[in-house]
Amino acid sequence: MTQYDGKVVISLNVNGEVFEVAVRPADILLDVLREQLGLTAAKPGCLNGDCGACTIVVDGLPAKSCLMLAVEAEGHAIETVEGLGGVAAAQRAFVDGNAFQCGYCTSGFLMVCHSLKAQYPTVPEEYIIEEWLQSNICRCTSYNEIRKAVYMMYE
Amino acid sequence: MIPFNFTYCRPSTEKEAADAFAAHESEGKTPLYYAGGSEIITMCRTRSISPGCVIDIKNIPNLNLLSVDGNHLIIGTANTLTKICQSKLFPLLKLACGRIADHTNQCRITLGGNICGSIIYRETVLPLLLSDADITLFGPNGGRSASVESIFRRRLARNQNEMITQVRIPIWALDARHAHIKKTANEKIDYPLISVAALWKGETLRVAFSGLCSYPFRSKEIESVLNDRAKSIEERAQRASELLPEQAYNDSVASSEYRLFVLKNTLEKLLEGWENDSI
Ligand SMILES: Cc1cc2nc3c(=O)[nH]c(=O)nc-3n(C[C@H](O)[C@H](O)[C@H](O)COP(=O)(O)OP(=O)(O)OC[C@H]3O[C@@H](n4cnc5c(N)ncnc54)[C@H](O)[C@@H]3O)c2cc1C
Ligand code: FES
Ligand code: FES
Repeated sequence: MTQYDGKVVISLNVNGEVFEVAVRPADILLDVLREQLGLTAAKPGCLNGDCGACTIVVDGLPAKSCLMLAVEAEGHAIETVEGLGGVAAAQRAFVDGNAFQCGYCTSGFLMVCHSLKAQYPTVPEEYIIEEWLQSNICRCTSYNEIRKAVYMMYE
Repeated sequence: MIPFNFTYCRPSTEKEAADAFAAHESEGKTPLYYAGGSEIITMCRTRSISPGCVIDIKNIPNLNLLSVDGNHLIIGTANTLTKICQSKLFPLLKLACGRIADHTNQCRITLGGNICGSIIYRETVLPLLLSDADITLFGPNGGRSASVESIFRRRLARNQNEMITQVRIPIWALDARHAHIKKTANEKIDYPLISVAALWKGETLRVAFSGLCSYPFRSKEIESVLNDRAKSIEERAQRASELLPEQAYNDSVASSEYRLFVLKNTLEKLLEGWENDSI
């Protein structure tokens, strides 16, 4: 059985690279990504699982990194916007479709869309797109543009 | 940030988990079983709870089973709501899971976490109450099982040191006629104003509710009224709404009166769907 007390060094596989980080078992993945690895794309918002600003992808599925311990991420493949390299279909579609205003929610939406495309390589039914997008909130209400960008991502 | 420290354990069997619980409890560390973590992390962050140890049970193989075995569907309690939806094995449970939180959270929230969490809604319990499901528990004194109906009274009656490991659902329920209606106050994704789950065993309607009172429940008195098809739909819905086990829930989202109003409309819709075969 794995047991961690006090500060421990763990390996995290983030965007295909392995990093060693010293964490407390109570450290939240979002804080470790931002503060220790300098990966600041995932944003703190509500910290309750409601807004989706902190969304990353874990083993291919979207996850709210404010509701995950860093120690839980050991052995799993984590992706953040930094790993998309500016060239992912979701990123191109968001830029071409002007699918943001202030941009605070954008990283979260990008990771949801990136995972959606990986799970559904061809455009899924509308209700599925709606279900996935409903996990995230945009205070600037760019929802129409974001929805259009999802379809552009599949063009 | 969680403003205090705890020990993190990741056992690979139920026995290891239960032993770790007992050991940390005897050290006065108030351990907690940890599954999806969504409730535990939020409550730790706000200091509503302060466990000295969390025991992450989601890597235990038995808690990840999801398959039909003879006359039962077995669902390990570490399965996420998404996995249960994707399996499509129990359509009523799929509908209930698909309306809890949002899609991303469904990829983390586990069946066990929803059943044992402190939030009053526990919407996955409704299909289990209706389908004669059993639940198995495991703790430092070994394992036991009980029917959900007998063990779920307002909340699951278990010792803190027991984890729930699996639910077993008789296969008759998997392809039984069913309906699930969740009403929220504003947004589609929200806690329920009321959730109604319905399952027919043969020609007999069973119903269970969440959000209506301060705990999820199935009521055989309400079922008997709703099954009295000699009476009109309106009469049955009205009479059923007078038979709640406690006063309808009253909070800042909705008054008791409003919840009763929504209940009556929802029951009428359900009974109409039954009468005209659209369910
Ligand atoms: C944004 C959001 C929206 C939500 N909306 C809804 C909703 O609409 N309807 C609804 O019903 N719920 C809703 N919930 C509540 C959610 O289902 C619960 O918080 C649930 O507890 C989370 O499951 P988890 O696996 O993350 O639990 P955890 O946080 O891991 O655990 C929660 C509790 O359950 C205990 N526990 C977990 N697994 C076991 C087990 N196998 N045996 C014994 N004890 C166990 C833990 O010790 C802890 O006390 C929502 C939650 C969030 C974050
Ligand atoms: S910051 Fe994680 S969901 Fe809002
Ligand atoms: S673009 Fe500002 S919050 Fe979405």
